[in-house]
Amino acid sequence: MYAFDIERPTSVADAVAALKDQDAQALGGGQTLIPTLKQRLAAPSKLVSLTNIADLQGIANDGDTLRIGGAVTHATVAAEVRLTYPALADLASHIGDPAVRNRGTISGSLANNDPSACYPAVALASGATIITNTRAIAADDYFQGMFTTALDDGEIVTAVSMPIPEKANYQKFVQPASRFALVGVFVAKFAGGVRVAVTGASNEGVHRWAEAEAALTADFSAVAIAGLTVSADNLIADLHGSPEYRAHLVKVMTGRAVAAAS
Amino acid sequence: MMTTVTMTVNGKSVSETVEGRTLLSTLLRDDLRLTGTHIGCDTSQCGACVVHVNGKAVKSCTMFAIEAQGAEVSTIEGQANADGSLNVIQQAFQDHHGLQCGFCTPGMVMTTASLLKENPKPTEAEVRTYLEGNICRCTGYHNIVKAIMAASGQDVSSIAAEQLIS
Ligand SMILES: Cc1cc2nc3c(=O)[nH]c(=O)nc-3n(C[C@H](O)[C@H](O)[C@H](O)COP(=O)(O)OP(=O)(O)OC[C@H]3O[C@@H](n4cnc5c(N)ncnc54)[C@H](O)[C@@H]3O)c2cc1C
Ligand code: FES
Ligand code: FES
Repeated sequence: MYAFDIERPTSVADAVAALKDQDAQALGGGQTLIPTLKQRLAAPSKLVSLTNIADLQGIANDGDTLRIGGAVTHATVAAEVRLTYPALADLASHIGDPAVRNRGTISGSLANNDPSACYPAVALASGATIITNTRAIAADDYFQGMFTTALDDGEIVTAVSMPIPEKANYQKFVQPASRFALVGVFVAKFAGGVRVAVTGASNEGVHRWAEAEAALTADFSAVAIAGLTVSADNLIADLHGSPEYRAHLVKVMTGRAVAAAS
Repeated sequence: MMTTVTMTVNGKSVSETVEGRTLLSTLLRDDLRLTGTHIGCDTSQCGACVVHVNGKAVKSCTMFAIEAQGAEVSTIEGQANADGSLNVIQQAFQDHHGLQCGFCTPGMVMTTASLLKENPKPTEAEVRTYLEGNICRCTGYHNIVKAIMAASGQDVSSIAAEQLIS
């Protein structure tokens, strides 16, 4: 790693001020950023740790919506939303391994927007709102392609507002070496319709599957999507799976998620 | 910029001067000479470096020393009983041949301690799932799983490792 300083502010205002310095970068749980720094793929002059800020901790539930603090770890989400939003708890409890979950944070995952990450799928399928120090961004506008988001330089995610669906399920086809999703599909059924978000599959990163949403809104059953086909165009090709294989998995995982939704 | 960081390691207060980029694993191994915490990969994959920070298992190669300011850290060196004898988990690893070269063992023992704190009587499947982030190149895991089941006070005669051997 190149040399850098670390600051550990205790308020959002101090963190935002510290991030104004040129080449300063936010540090969440470090589970993505530290490996990146070790490879010298990033060279910040200063890291501003967000894990010591009380306002970024805690999960609140107003009945319809969860408000998850920006620096809440995967382990805390897994433990605390088991009754309120079981599919979200299940997703969080299958990210990486226990040690990764004890450090990694929801905002670190959403800010990174890895094309194979799990949190972008639940945020997009739930119609979440990403709350930052300056504004609120709808998930539909927030994710802008692989490793790209609507966040500006120095903008930090302070909370995520996650509407609770009537029924939901996440199906992750695990890539066993990385423990990320080879393909993951999150299905969420709301009174107003069904949302389906796909991760791990596309060169564009997380995205919705509109045809499946329409079919499932009309009839929420695995049979409803039986006649649909997923195009392999622009899907990820790597040594773990071809675009055609991923296209097949998108449909299979969607069907399983619908069947398992509760 | 050098910063002084103070934390409790295995019950003792320690203060060290570190750089921003100093990893917790580096502080433990190079500054405190607690070399029981192993570095297998340095890329957050293998779990040989697992220690507890404020009671939670973390990969010490993927956390900065400065982030442990004020924390209670425990490492493999603090796991034995007060009289120096092996604790229940360590003894079970020895009794059930849960190690061969021993490189992964400190991380395995620390991860097991977390598991048994959260789930005192895990099933074999739960043990295997919890060990996802701990890689062993020698044992094939069966005897590690058996050791952990034994450490939790459960009967190990019927678990997969036994069935394969008999
Ligand atoms: C072995 C392993 C397995 C994993 N498996 C999975 C998996 O199965 N599924 C999955 O989804 N993920 C997986 N991950 C990634 C993990 O979820 C990371 O924790 C997460 O992607 C990054 O979160 P972090 O808090 O560690 O962020 P960091 O690594 O600290 O930061 C990541 C990026 O986000 C920025 N950032 C952090 N916090 C904020 C904020 N509040 N506002 C704005 N920007 C911010 C940082 O500047 C950096 O660019 C795995 C990681 C490892 C090491
Ligand atoms: S050395 Fe830390 S995970 Fe391998
Ligand atoms: S005993 Fe050798 S790596 Fe596990």
